[in-house]
Amino acid sequence: MDGSAVLMMVIGCGAVWGGALIAIIIALRVDKKAGN
Amino acid sequence: MRENWQSRKGFIFAAAGAAIGLGNLWRFPFQAYKNGGGAFLLPYLVAVATCAIPLMIMEYAYGRKIRGGSVKAFSELGKKYEVFGWLQVMVPVIVMMYYCSIIAVSLIFMVFSLGHAFGVMNWLQDPGPIMGMVVGSADSALDLGAGMSIYILVAVIFVWLSNWLIVKKGISGGIEKMSSIFTPILLVMMVVFMINAVRLNGAAIGLESLFKPDFSKIMSPGIWVSAYAQVFFSTTLAVGVMIAYGSYLHEKADIVNSSFITVLLNSSFDLVSGILVFSTLGYLVQNMGVEFTSFGTGAGVAFIAFPIAISTMSSNVVIQGLLGFLFFFCLFVAGISSSISMLESFATAAMDKFEISREKLIGILSLIGFAGSACFASYAGFNYILDIVDSYVGNIIIAGLGLIEVVLISYIYGTEKLREEANRYSDFRVGKWWDYLLKYFTPLLLGAVVVTNIFNIFTGLFKQESIGVISNIIFGWGAVAIMIGASLVLRNKKWAVKEED
Repeated sequence: MDGSAVLMMVIGCGAVWGGALIAIIIALRVDKKAGN
Repeated sequence: MRENWQSRKGFIFAAAGAAIGLGNLWRFPFQAYKNGGGAFLLPYLVAVATCAIPLMIMEYAYGRKIRGGSVKAFSELGKKYEVFGWLQVMVPVIVMMYYCSIIAVSLIFMVFSLGHAFGVMNWLQDPGPIMGMVVGSADSALDLGAGMSIYILVAVIFVWLSNWLIVKKGISGGIEKMSSIFTPILLVMMVVFMINAVRLNGAAIGLESLFKPDFSKIMSPGIWVSAYAQVFFSTTLAVGVMIAYGSYLHEKADIVNSSFITVLLNSSFDLVSGILVFSTLGYLVQNMGVEFTSFGTGAGVAFIAFPIAISTMSSNVVIQGLLGFLFFFCLFVAGISSSISMLESFATAAMDKFEISREKLIGILSLIGFAGSACFASYAGFNYILDIVDSYVGNIIIAGLGLIEVVLISYIYGTEKLREEANRYSDFRVGKWWDYLLKYFTPLLLGAVVVTNIFNIFTGLFKQESIGVISNIIFGWGAVAIMIGASLVLRNKKWAVKEED
Protein backbone atom coordinates (compact mmCIF):
# COMPACT_ATOMS: atom_id res chain seq x y z
CA MET A 1 0.00 0.00 0.00
CA ASP A 2 1.20 3.51 -0.83
CA GLY A 3 2.97 5.34 2.03
CA SER A 4 0.74 8.42 1.78
CA ALA A 5 -2.37 6.20 2.02
CA VAL A 6 -0.97 4.53 5.16
CA LEU A 7 -0.22 7.97 6.66
CA MET A 8 -3.71 9.25 5.90
CA MET A 9 -5.25 6.10 7.36
CA VAL A 10 -3.23 6.50 10.58
CA ILE A 11 -4.15 10.21 10.90
CA GLY A 12 -7.87 9.72 10.14
CA CYS A 13 -8.46 6.57 12.17
CA GLY A 14 -6.14 7.74 14.96
CA ALA A 15 -7.98 11.05 15.39
CA VAL A 16 -11.47 9.55 15.32
CA TRP A 17 -11.00 6.20 17.08
CA GLY A 18 -8.44 7.66 19.50
CA GLY A 19 -10.75 10.60 20.24
CA ALA A 20 -13.71 8.30 20.88
CA LEU A 21 -11.62 6.09 23.16
CA ILE A 22 -10.30 9.04 25.19
CA ALA A 23 -13.82 10.50 25.57
CA ILE A 24 -15.18 7.13 26.78
CA ILE A 25 -12.28 6.69 29.24
CA ILE A 26 -12.92 10.19 30.65
CA ALA A 27 -16.63 9.37 31.05
CA LEU A 28 -15.86 6.08 32.81
CA ARG A 29 -13.35 7.72 35.17
CA VAL A 30 -15.76 10.54 36.08
CA ASP A 31 -18.60 8.06 36.65
CA LYS A 32 -16.31 5.92 38.84
CA LYS A 33 -15.28 8.96 40.92
CA ALA A 34 -18.92 9.96 41.34
CA GLY A 35 -19.68 6.39 42.45
CA ASN A 36 -22.25 5.82 39.69
CA MET B 1 -44.03 14.76 34.24
CA ARG B 2 -41.39 14.68 31.49
CA GLU B 3 -39.51 11.40 31.10
CA ASN B 4 -35.74 11.19 31.63
CA TRP B 5 -33.12 8.79 30.36
CA GLN B 6 -32.64 6.15 33.06
CA SER B 7 -28.87 5.95 32.66
CA ARG B 8 -26.02 7.73 30.91
CA LYS B 9 -25.10 4.53 29.12
CA GLY B 10 -28.66 4.19 27.80
CA PHE B 11 -28.67 7.78 26.56
CA ILE B 12 -25.31 7.47 24.78
CA PHE B 13 -26.29 4.19 23.14
CA ALA B 14 -29.60 5.70 22.01
CA ALA B 15 -27.88 8.82 20.64
CA ALA B 16 -25.17 6.74 18.95
CA GLY B 17 -27.88 4.42 17.62
CA ALA B 18 -29.68 7.43 16.16
CA ALA B 19 -26.52 8.72 14.51
CA ILE B 20 -25.31 5.31 13.29
CA GLY B 21 -27.40 4.16 10.36
CA LEU B 22 -27.49 2.99 6.78
CA GLY B 23 -26.01 6.36 5.77
CA ASN B 24 -22.69 5.39 7.35
CA LEU B 25 -22.49 2.08 5.56
CA TRP B 26 -22.89 3.15 1.98
CA ARG B 27 -22.67 6.95 2.02
CA PHE B 28 -19.34 7.68 3.73
CA PRO B 29 -17.14 5.27 1.71
CA PHE B 30 -18.30 6.55 -1.65
CA GLN B 31 -18.29 10.19 -0.61
CA ALA B 32 -14.65 9.64 0.31
CA TYR B 33 -13.96 7.79 -2.93
CA LYS B 34 -15.65 10.36 -5.18
CA ASN B 35 -13.93 13.26 -3.47
CA GLY B 36 -10.30 12.29 -3.73
CA GLY B 37 -9.91 9.37 -1.32
CA GLY B 38 -7.64 10.37 1.54
CA ALA B 39 -7.97 14.07 0.62
CA PHE B 40 -11.64 13.85 1.66
CA LEU B 41 -10.63 12.92 5.18
CA LEU B 42 -9.20 16.36 5.97
CA PRO B 43 -12.41 18.34 5.15
CA TYR B 44 -14.36 15.54 6.84
CA LEU B 45 -12.37 15.88 10.06
CA VAL B 46 -12.67 19.69 9.85
CA ALA B 47 -16.46 19.29 9.46
CA VAL B 48 -16.58 16.98 12.50
CA ALA B 49 -14.56 19.44 14.61
CA THR B 50 -16.16 22.71 13.46
CA CYS B 51 -19.72 21.58 12.88
CA ALA B 52 -20.71 18.21 14.32
CA ILE B 53 -19.22 18.53 17.83
CA PRO B 54 -20.17 22.21 18.48
CA LEU B 55 -23.69 21.69 17.12
CA MET B 56 -24.18 18.49 19.08
CA ILE B 57 -23.24 20.30 22.32
CA MET B 58 -25.57 23.15 21.34
CA GLU B 59 -28.53 20.85 20.55
CA TYR B 60 -28.17 18.79 23.75
CA ALA B 61 -27.73 21.90 25.94
CA TYR B 62 -30.57 23.84 24.37
CA GLY B 63 -32.87 20.78 24.33
CA ARG B 64 -32.29 20.20 28.03
CA LYS B 65 -32.64 23.89 28.87
CA ILE B 66 -36.01 24.34 27.22
CA ARG B 67 -37.20 20.78 27.96
CA GLY B 68 -38.76 20.38 24.56
CA GLY B 69 -38.31 19.34 20.96
CA SER B 70 -37.52 21.52 17.96
CA VAL B 71 -40.89 23.27 17.84
CA LYS B 72 -40.68 24.44 21.43
CA ALA B 73 -36.98 25.24 20.93
CA PHE B 74 -37.64 27.64 18.05
CA SER B 75 -40.85 29.13 19.51
CA GLU B 76 -38.89 30.05 22.66
CA LEU B 77 -36.69 32.22 20.44
CA GLY B 78 -39.74 33.99 18.99
CA LYS B 79 -43.20 32.99 17.81
CA LYS B 80 -42.27 33.77 14.21
CA TYR B 81 -39.45 31.20 14.32
CA GLU B 82 -41.71 28.29 15.33
CA VAL B 83 -42.17 27.36 11.68
CA PHE B 84 -38.47 26.38 11.47
CA GLY B 85 -39.04 23.94 14.34
CA TRP B 86 -41.87 22.28 12.45
CA LEU B 87 -39.78 22.26 9.28
CA GLN B 88 -36.97 20.52 11.19
CA VAL B 89 -39.23 17.74 12.45
CA MET B 90 -40.82 17.37 9.01
CA VAL B 91 -37.44 16.27 7.61
CA PRO B 92 -37.35 13.00 9.58
CA VAL B 93 -40.99 12.33 8.65
CA ILE B 94 -40.12 12.50 4.94
CA VAL B 95 -36.74 10.80 5.32
CA MET B 96 -38.12 7.85 7.32
CA MET B 97 -40.63 7.15 4.56
CA TYR B 98 -37.93 6.22 2.05
CA TYR B 99 -35.46 5.12 4.71
CA CYS B 100 -37.88 2.37 5.80
CA SER B 101 -38.07 1.05 2.24
CA ILE B 102 -34.26 0.63 2.28
CA ILE B 103 -34.47 -1.07 5.70
CA ALA B 104 -37.12 -3.32 4.15
CA VAL B 105 -34.64 -4.52 1.51
CA SER B 106 -32.11 -5.47 4.20
CA LEU B 107 -34.89 -7.37 5.97
CA ILE B 108 -35.77 -9.23 2.74
CA PHE B 109 -32.11 -10.12 2.19
CA MET B 110 -31.88 -11.32 5.80
CA VAL B 111 -34.67 -13.80 5.12
CA PHE B 112 -33.20 -14.77 1.72
CA SER B 113 -29.83 -15.40 3.42
CA LEU B 114 -31.51 -17.89 5.75
CA GLY B 115 -33.06 -19.46 2.65
CA HIS B 116 -29.53 -19.71 1.21
CA ALA B 117 -28.21 -21.30 4.41
CA PHE B 118 -30.94 -23.96 4.47
CA GLY B 119 -30.68 -24.76 0.76
CA VAL B 120 -34.04 -23.25 -0.25
CA MET B 121 -32.40 -20.87 -2.71
CA ASN B 122 -28.87 -20.17 -3.94
CA TRP B 123 -28.38 -16.49 -4.64
CA LEU B 124 -25.46 -14.96 -2.73
CA GLN B 125 -22.97 -15.64 -5.55
CA ASP B 126 -25.21 -13.88 -8.05
CA PRO B 127 -27.56 -11.41 -6.34
CA GLY B 128 -28.38 -9.47 -9.54
CA PRO B 129 -31.54 -11.44 -10.46
CA ILE B 130 -32.78 -11.42 -6.84
CA MET B 131 -32.16 -7.67 -6.57
CA GLY B 132 -34.03 -7.19 -9.85
CA MET B 133 -36.92 -9.30 -8.55
CA VAL B 134 -37.12 -7.29 -5.31
CA VAL B 135 -36.78 -3.72 -6.60
CA GLY B 136 -38.08 -4.24 -10.14
CA SER B 137 -37.45 -1.67 -12.85
CA ALA B 138 -39.08 1.43 -14.27
CA ASP B 139 -38.28 3.78 -17.14
CA SER B 140 -38.32 6.94 -15.07
CA ALA B 141 -39.68 8.57 -11.91
CA LEU B 142 -42.87 9.28 -13.83
CA ASP B 143 -43.38 5.62 -14.83
CA LEU B 144 -45.81 5.08 -11.96
CA GLY B 145 -47.62 2.24 -13.70
CA ALA B 146 -44.45 0.09 -13.84
CA GLY B 147 -45.60 -1.92 -10.82
CA MET B 148 -45.04 -2.40 -7.13
CA SER B 149 -42.67 -4.67 -5.22
CA ILE B 150 -44.78 -6.96 -3.08
CA TYR B 151 -41.57 -7.99 -1.23
CA ILE B 152 -40.78 -4.43 -0.16
CA LEU B 153 -44.42 -3.75 0.67
CA VAL B 154 -44.66 -6.75 3.02
CA ALA B 155 -41.26 -6.00 4.61
CA VAL B 156 -42.23 -2.33 5.06
CA ILE B 157 -45.24 -3.46 7.12
CA PHE B 158 -42.87 -5.35 9.44
CA VAL B 159 -40.47 -2.37 9.65
CA TRP B 160 -43.27 0.02 10.61
CA LEU B 161 -44.65 -2.45 13.14
CA SER B 162 -41.18 -2.52 14.74
CA ASN B 163 -40.98 1.29 14.78
CA TRP B 164 -44.46 1.56 16.28
CA LEU B 165 -43.88 -1.06 18.98
CA ILE B 166 -40.55 0.43 20.10
CA VAL B 167 -41.42 4.15 20.07
CA LYS B 168 -44.89 3.83 21.63
CA LYS B 169 -43.24 2.38 24.74
CA GLY B 170 -41.49 5.73 25.24
CA ILE B 171 -37.96 6.81 25.97
CA SER B 172 -36.77 4.56 28.79
CA GLY B 173 -39.05 1.61 28.03
CA GLY B 174 -38.58 1.47 24.27
CA ILE B 175 -35.75 3.40 22.65
CA GLU B 176 -33.27 3.24 25.56
CA LYS B 177 -33.77 -0.50 26.13
CA MET B 178 -33.60 -1.35 22.43
CA SER B 179 -30.50 0.79 21.78
CA SER B 180 -28.67 -0.53 24.85
CA ILE B 181 -28.97 -4.04 23.44
CA PHE B 182 -28.50 -3.52 19.71
CA THR B 183 -26.02 -0.61 19.37
CA PRO B 184 -23.15 -2.51 21.08
CA ILE B 185 -24.01 -5.68 19.12
CA LEU B 186 -23.97 -3.71 15.90
CA LEU B 187 -20.62 -2.07 16.72
CA VAL B 188 -19.01 -5.40 17.60
CA MET B 189 -20.39 -7.12 14.49
CA MET B 190 -19.19 -4.37 12.19
CA VAL B 191 -15.70 -4.44 13.69
CA VAL B 192 -15.62 -8.24 13.25
CA PHE B 193 -16.73 -7.87 9.61
CA MET B 194 -14.11 -5.15 9.09
CA ILE B 195 -11.28 -7.27 10.51
CA ASN B 196 -12.44 -10.14 8.32
CA ALA B 197 -12.53 -7.87 5.26
CA VAL B 198 -9.02 -6.38 5.68
CA ARG B 199 -7.62 -9.90 5.76
CA LEU B 200 -9.02 -10.65 2.29
CA ASN B 201 -6.70 -10.98 -0.67
CA GLY B 202 -6.85 -7.65 -2.53
CA ALA B 203 -8.07 -5.59 0.44
CA ALA B 204 -5.03 -3.30 0.09
CA ILE B 205 -6.26 -2.21 -3.35
CA GLY B 206 -9.50 -1.01 -1.83
CA LEU B 207 -7.86 0.62 1.18
CA GLU B 208 -5.45 2.50 -1.08
CA SER B 209 -8.40 3.83 -3.08
CA LEU B 210 -10.07 4.97 0.12
CA PHE B 211 -7.08 6.56 1.82
CA LYS B 212 -4.62 7.65 -0.90
CA PRO B 213 -4.73 11.47 -0.89
CA ASP B 214 -5.59 13.45 -3.98
CA PHE B 215 -4.62 16.96 -2.95
CA SER B 216 -5.42 18.36 -6.39
CA LYS B 217 -9.09 18.20 -5.35
CA ILE B 218 -8.83 19.69 -1.86
CA MET B 219 -9.43 23.30 -2.92
CA SER B 220 -12.58 22.35 -4.81
CA PRO B 221 -15.75 23.68 -3.06
CA GLY B 222 -17.52 20.42 -3.95
CA ILE B 223 -15.31 18.36 -1.64
CA TRP B 224 -16.15 20.63 1.33
CA VAL B 225 -19.86 20.58 0.48
CA SER B 226 -19.78 16.78 0.42
CA ALA B 227 -17.88 16.58 3.71
CA TYR B 228 -20.32 18.88 5.53
CA ALA B 229 -23.38 17.19 3.97
CA GLN B 230 -22.04 13.79 5.06
CA VAL B 231 -21.49 14.98 8.63
CA PHE B 232 -25.02 16.43 8.89
CA PHE B 233 -26.68 13.42 7.30
CA SER B 234 -24.69 10.97 9.32
CA THR B 235 -25.06 12.57 12.78
CA THR B 236 -28.79 13.46 12.32
CA LEU B 237 -28.10 17.04 13.41
CA ALA B 238 -30.50 19.88 12.54
CA VAL B 239 -33.52 17.59 12.18
CA GLY B 240 -34.77 17.82 15.76
CA VAL B 241 -33.53 14.39 16.85
CA MET B 242 -30.72 15.52 19.14
CA ILE B 243 -32.70 18.47 20.57
CA ALA B 244 -35.48 15.97 21.45
CA TYR B 245 -32.97 13.55 23.00
CA GLY B 246 -31.35 16.43 24.94
CA SER B 247 -34.75 17.40 26.34
CA TYR B 248 -34.97 14.05 28.15
CA LEU B 249 -31.52 14.49 29.77
CA HIS B 250 -31.36 14.63 33.54
CA GLU B 251 -30.59 18.09 34.93
CA LYS B 252 -27.21 16.94 36.26
CA ALA B 253 -26.25 14.91 33.21
CA ASP B 254 -23.00 15.54 31.36
CA ILE B 255 -23.42 17.23 27.99
CA VAL B 256 -19.99 18.11 26.59
CA ASN B 257 -18.36 14.71 26.82
CA SER B 258 -21.55 12.92 25.74
CA SER B 259 -21.53 15.08 22.59
CA PHE B 260 -17.90 14.14 21.88
CA ILE B 261 -18.73 10.45 22.42
CA THR B 262 -21.83 10.53 20.18
CA VAL B 263 -20.08 12.32 17.29
CA LEU B 264 -16.83 10.38 17.52
CA LEU B 265 -18.62 7.01 17.79
CA ASN B 266 -20.59 7.92 14.70
CA SER B 267 -17.43 8.96 12.83
CA SER B 268 -15.70 5.79 14.04
CA PHE B 269 -18.53 3.86 12.45
CA ASP B 270 -18.08 5.89 9.23
CA LEU B 271 -14.45 4.78 9.10
CA VAL B 272 -15.21 1.16 10.05
CA SER B 273 -17.80 1.09 7.26
CA GLY B 274 -15.37 2.72 4.81
CA ILE B 275 -12.64 0.18 5.54
CA LEU B 276 -15.13 -2.72 5.43
CA VAL B 277 -16.68 -1.67 2.12
CA PHE B 278 -13.44 -0.81 0.34
CA SER B 279 -11.54 -3.87 1.54
CA THR B 280 -14.34 -6.04 0.18
CA LEU B 281 -14.46 -4.13 -3.09
CA GLY B 282 -10.69 -4.48 -3.39
CA TYR B 283 -11.14 -8.21 -2.97
CA LEU B 284 -13.75 -8.26 -5.74
CA VAL B 285 -11.54 -6.13 -8.03
CA GLN B 286 -8.61 -8.47 -7.47
CA ASN B 287 -10.52 -11.72 -7.88
CA MET B 288 -13.26 -10.93 -10.36
CA GLY B 289 -11.53 -8.36 -12.56
CA VAL B 290 -14.23 -5.71 -12.14
CA GLU B 291 -13.65 -1.95 -11.90
CA PHE B 292 -14.32 0.17 -8.83
CA THR B 293 -16.71 2.31 -10.84
CA SER B 294 -18.93 -0.69 -11.60
CA PHE B 295 -20.31 -0.71 -8.05
CA GLY B 296 -22.23 2.56 -8.38
CA THR B 297 -22.50 5.12 -5.61
CA GLY B 298 -25.53 4.14 -3.54
CA ALA B 299 -27.43 1.25 -2.06
CA GLY B 300 -26.08 -0.99 -4.82
CA VAL B 301 -22.85 -1.49 -2.89
CA ALA B 302 -24.60 -2.95 0.12
CA PHE B 303 -27.18 -4.95 -1.76
CA ILE B 304 -25.17 -6.28 -4.69
CA ALA B 305 -21.45 -6.28 -3.83
CA PHE B 306 -21.77 -7.69 -0.30
CA PRO B 307 -23.69 -10.87 -1.08
CA ILE B 308 -20.97 -11.69 -3.63
CA ALA B 309 -18.24 -10.89 -1.10
CA ILE B 310 -19.95 -12.97 1.61
CA SER B 311 -20.33 -15.91 -0.74
CA THR B 312 -16.58 -15.91 -1.44
CA MET B 313 -15.66 -15.95 2.25
CA SER B 314 -16.56 -19.61 2.54
CA SER B 315 -17.40 -22.44 0.16
CA ASN B 316 -19.92 -23.82 2.66
CA VAL B 317 -23.40 -22.58 1.74
CA VAL B 318 -24.61 -22.79 5.35
CA ILE B 319 -21.79 -20.47 6.52
CA GLN B 320 -22.39 -18.19 3.51
CA GLY B 321 -26.06 -17.91 4.38
CA LEU B 322 -25.43 -17.31 8.08
CA LEU B 323 -22.82 -14.63 7.31
CA GLY B 324 -25.30 -13.00 4.95
CA PHE B 325 -27.95 -13.14 7.65
CA LEU B 326 -25.58 -11.51 10.16
CA PHE B 327 -24.58 -8.77 7.73
CA PHE B 328 -28.13 -7.83 6.74
CA PHE B 329 -29.19 -8.08 10.37
CA CYS B 330 -26.54 -5.39 11.05
CA LEU B 331 -28.04 -3.23 8.33
CA PHE B 332 -31.54 -3.81 9.67
CA VAL B 333 -30.60 -2.85 13.25
CA ALA B 334 -28.69 0.22 12.05
CA GLY B 335 -31.73 1.29 10.08
CA ILE B 336 -34.27 0.65 12.84
CA SER B 337 -32.27 2.51 15.51
CA SER B 338 -32.16 5.55 13.21
CA SER B 339 -35.79 5.37 12.08
CA ILE B 340 -37.08 5.23 15.68
CA SER B 341 -35.09 8.38 16.46
CA MET B 342 -36.69 10.10 13.47
CA LEU B 343 -40.14 9.09 14.68
CA GLU B 344 -39.29 10.36 18.17
CA SER B 345 -38.20 13.75 16.81
CA PHE B 346 -41.68 14.56 15.46
CA ALA B 347 -43.44 12.89 18.40
CA THR B 348 -41.56 15.00 20.99
CA ALA B 349 -42.34 18.22 19.10
CA ALA B 350 -46.03 17.39 18.64
CA MET B 351 -46.50 16.32 22.28
CA ASP B 352 -44.92 19.62 23.38
CA LYS B 353 -47.64 21.57 21.57
CA PHE B 354 -50.73 19.39 21.44
CA GLU B 355 -52.51 17.41 24.11
CA ILE B 356 -52.21 13.99 22.60
CA SER B 357 -51.17 10.66 24.09
CA ARG B 358 -47.91 9.13 22.91
CA GLU B 359 -49.63 5.89 21.87
CA LYS B 360 -52.22 7.67 19.74
CA LEU B 361 -49.65 9.99 18.13
CA ILE B 362 -47.22 7.18 17.32
CA GLY B 363 -50.11 5.14 15.88
CA ILE B 364 -51.12 8.00 13.54
CA LEU B 365 -47.51 8.75 12.56
CA SER B 366 -46.81 5.09 11.86
CA LEU B 367 -49.84 4.85 9.57
CA ILE B 368 -48.81 8.01 7.66
CA GLY B 369 -45.22 6.78 7.51
CA PHE B 370 -46.29 3.37 6.25
CA ALA B 371 -48.43 4.99 3.51
CA GLY B 372 -45.39 7.04 2.41
CA SER B 373 -43.07 4.03 2.51
CA ALA B 374 -45.61 2.04 0.45
CA CYS B 375 -45.20 4.68 -2.32
CA PHE B 376 -41.45 3.98 -2.30
CA ALA B 377 -42.24 0.27 -2.67
CA SER B 378 -43.32 1.03 -6.23
CA TYR B 379 -40.68 0.32 -8.89
CA ALA B 380 -40.52 3.99 -9.92
CA GLY B 381 -40.52 5.03 -6.27
CA PHE B 382 -37.60 2.85 -5.20
CA ASN B 383 -35.47 3.25 -8.32
CA TYR B 384 -35.95 6.96 -9.06
CA ILE B 385 -38.15 9.01 -6.70
CA LEU B 386 -36.11 7.95 -3.63
CA ASP B 387 -32.92 9.52 -5.05
CA ILE B 388 -34.70 12.74 -6.01
CA VAL B 389 -36.39 13.24 -2.63
CA ASP B 390 -33.15 12.36 -0.80
CA SER B 391 -31.09 14.90 -2.74
CA TYR B 392 -33.56 17.71 -2.06
CA VAL B 393 -34.47 16.93 1.54
CA GLY B 394 -31.14 15.38 2.57
CA ASN B 395 -28.91 18.03 1.05
CA ILE B 396 -30.59 21.41 0.68
CA ILE B 397 -33.09 21.35 3.51
CA ILE B 398 -30.94 19.78 6.25
CA ALA B 399 -27.93 22.05 5.64
CA GLY B 400 -30.23 25.09 5.35
CA LEU B 401 -31.97 24.26 8.63
CA GLY B 402 -28.58 23.73 10.28
CA LEU B 403 -27.54 27.22 9.22
CA ILE B 404 -30.81 28.79 10.47
CA GLU B 405 -30.58 26.88 13.76
CA VAL B 406 -27.01 27.84 14.56
CA VAL B 407 -27.57 31.54 13.72
CA LEU B 408 -30.87 31.88 15.65
CA ILE B 409 -29.78 30.01 18.77
CA SER B 410 -26.31 31.63 18.89
CA TYR B 411 -27.47 35.18 18.38
CA ILE B 412 -30.92 35.21 20.05
CA TYR B 413 -30.49 32.83 22.98
CA GLY B 414 -26.76 33.52 23.26
CA THR B 415 -23.78 31.22 23.26
CA GLU B 416 -22.54 32.29 26.71
CA LYS B 417 -25.74 31.18 28.48
CA LEU B 418 -25.73 27.98 26.50
CA ARG B 419 -22.07 27.33 27.34
CA GLU B 420 -22.84 27.71 31.04
CA GLU B 421 -25.70 25.23 30.65
CA ALA B 422 -23.48 22.76 28.79
CA ASN B 423 -20.57 23.10 31.24
CA ARG B 424 -22.63 22.88 34.45
CA TYR B 425 -22.23 19.17 35.12
CA SER B 426 -19.95 18.09 32.29
CA ASP B 427 -16.93 15.83 32.60
CA PHE B 428 -14.85 18.63 31.05
CA ARG B 429 -15.73 22.16 29.98
CA VAL B 430 -15.79 23.96 26.64
CA GLY B 431 -14.11 27.36 26.44
CA LYS B 432 -14.83 30.54 24.53
CA TRP B 433 -13.57 28.93 21.34
CA TRP B 434 -16.96 27.21 21.19
CA ASP B 435 -18.77 30.61 21.13
CA TYR B 436 -16.58 31.84 18.25
CA LEU B 437 -17.14 28.66 16.29
CA LEU B 438 -20.94 28.86 16.63
CA LYS B 439 -21.19 32.60 15.99
CA TYR B 440 -18.77 33.07 13.13
CA PHE B 441 -16.93 30.07 11.73
CA THR B 442 -19.72 27.48 11.48
CA PRO B 443 -22.34 29.88 9.97
CA LEU B 444 -19.81 31.05 7.37
CA LEU B 445 -18.90 27.52 6.31
CA LEU B 446 -22.52 26.31 6.41
CA GLY B 447 -23.61 29.38 4.41
CA ALA B 448 -21.07 28.49 1.72
CA VAL B 449 -22.33 24.88 1.72
CA VAL B 450 -25.99 25.95 1.36
CA VAL B 451 -25.28 28.46 -1.44
CA THR B 452 -23.17 25.91 -3.34
CA ASN B 453 -25.87 23.26 -2.90
CA ILE B 454 -28.64 25.50 -4.24
CA PHE B 455 -26.43 26.60 -7.14
CA ASN B 456 -25.67 22.96 -8.00
CA ILE B 457 -29.35 21.95 -7.85
CA PHE B 458 -30.42 24.77 -10.20
CA THR B 459 -27.57 24.38 -12.68
CA GLY B 460 -28.11 20.59 -12.56
CA LEU B 461 -31.69 21.08 -13.73
CA PHE B 462 -30.52 22.73 -16.96
CA LYS B 463 -28.31 19.75 -17.76
CA GLN B 464 -31.22 17.29 -17.62
CA GLU B 465 -33.78 16.17 -20.16
CA SER B 466 -37.38 17.35 -19.81
CA ILE B 467 -38.49 14.18 -17.99
CA GLY B 468 -35.74 14.72 -15.40
CA VAL B 469 -36.71 18.37 -14.92
CA ILE B 470 -40.40 17.47 -14.46
CA SER B 471 -39.52 14.66 -12.00
CA ASN B 472 -37.32 17.03 -9.99
CA ILE B 473 -40.04 19.65 -9.84
CA ILE B 474 -42.81 17.20 -8.86
CA PHE B 475 -40.97 15.00 -6.39
CA GLY B 476 -38.08 17.22 -5.25
CA TRP B 477 -39.62 20.66 -5.00
CA GLY B 478 -43.02 19.00 -4.36
CA ALA B 479 -41.66 17.34 -1.20
CA VAL B 480 -40.13 20.66 -0.10
CA ALA B 481 -43.45 22.47 -0.73
CA ILE B 482 -45.44 19.85 1.24
CA MET B 483 -43.01 20.20 4.17
CA ILE B 484 -43.28 23.98 4.18
CA GLY B 485 -47.09 23.87 3.80
CA ALA B 486 -47.55 21.34 6.62
CA SER B 487 -45.16 23.33 8.85
CA LEU B 488 -47.18 26.50 8.31
CA VAL B 489 -50.46 24.69 9.09
CA LEU B 490 -49.07 23.17 12.31
CA ARG B 491 -47.51 26.48 13.34
CA ASN B 492 -50.89 28.19 13.11
CA LYS B 493 -52.56 25.70 15.46
CA LYS B 494 -53.00 26.88 19.05
CA TRP B 495 -50.76 25.57 21.83
CA ALA B 496 -52.80 23.13 23.90
CA VAL B 497 -50.05 22.31 26.39
CA LYS B 498 -48.99 24.97 28.89
CA GLU B 499 -45.27 25.31 29.47
CA GLU B 500 -43.85 23.75 32.61
CA ASP B 501 -42.54 26.13 35.25
